Amino acid sequence: MNVLQQIEREQMRMDLPKFKAGDTVRVHVRIIEGEKERIQVFQGTVIRVKRGTTDSTFVVRKISDGIGVERIFPMHSPFIERIEVVSEGKVRQGRIYYLRGLKGKAARIKSKETWH
Amino acid sequence: MSNSLGIIGKKVGMTRIFAEDGSVIPVTVVKAGPCPIIQKKSQDKEGYNAIQLAFEEVPGHRLNKPEQGHLKKAERGYFKHLKEFRVENIDQYELGQDITVEIFQPGEKIKVTGTSKGKGFAGVMKRWNFGGMPASHGHEKVHRSPGSIGQCAWPSRVFKGKKMAGQMGNRKVTYVNAEIVDIRPEDNLVLIKGQVPGPKHGFVILRKKS
Repeated sequence: MNVLQQIEREQMRMDLPKFKAGDTVRVHVRIIEGEKERIQVFQGTVIRVKRGTTDSTFVVRKISDGIGVERIFPMHSPFIERIEVVSEGKVRQGRIYYLRGLKGKAARIKSKETWH
Repeated sequence: MSNSLGIIGKKVGMTRIFAEDGSVIPVTVVKAGPCPIIQKKSQDKEGYNAIQLAFEEVPGHRLNKPEQGHLKKAERGYFKHLKEFRVENIDQYELGQDITVEIFQPGEKIKVTGTSKGKGFAGVMKRWNFGGMPASHGHEKVHRSPGSIGQCAWPSRVFKGKKMAGQMGNRKVTYVNAEIVDIRPEDNLVLIKGQVPGPKHGFVILRKKS
């Protein structure tokens, strides 16, 4: 392992759950307003996971009051308190940008069948 | 000449780290030192006070006889690079003593000197950010040219220092007020905020701001 990899590994968070595009997640984000700190939850569908080391990010999309809202989160940011995976979705693409053009019933994602 | 102690290093590469407040800081990782003191220069003998540091150990047969003889005096082995740093007081340094990254503190502003990446013979658009000529409307073969470089009867010459095409890069560049984000004495690493001149594995000099 070279020096750069070692520095990056120190920065990375290993406590996050595994998730991929199509999954519904709840992201608990720490928000600092002046001196106060609170936690905001952003729930939506993951439409992209950009994999990497410290520079990996993921995009969560949700429909808020009829308007599509997308938020890009740095995966290893200390601002992320925790991530909950609500449900796993069954999608064929790794980046489901086509959701942006769909609404209502068409924008649903089938849930993944899990074998018990 | 400014009196400023420094250290010799090698650029490892760039990465990013998260600050305590969660913001992302781009950093350049430099492997610097430990640099042994090879020679002490004094006011009485050489006319100025300085210490000569060495960096990057090499086998002795890589150096010629005069270089070997010079390095033998400090009894610290053979090194590839030598660099002099002016200091006010040379009595606090001993021959053969190691200078490490611990001379710096996180948060300190330093000067970083390196040799910038060579771009070769570059035109005015790349070298001086000129706008070039239009792509169409009758322009032919002049799209990246500088245009007029002066007037006519007066002054009948091109002024000195006119920005024109030429060699770009591959020259000594100093980046001042570079902030040290972190030092790691166990690995001899310095993390500097932002960029540092030169390619990866490039030779850089980190100097204290005096």
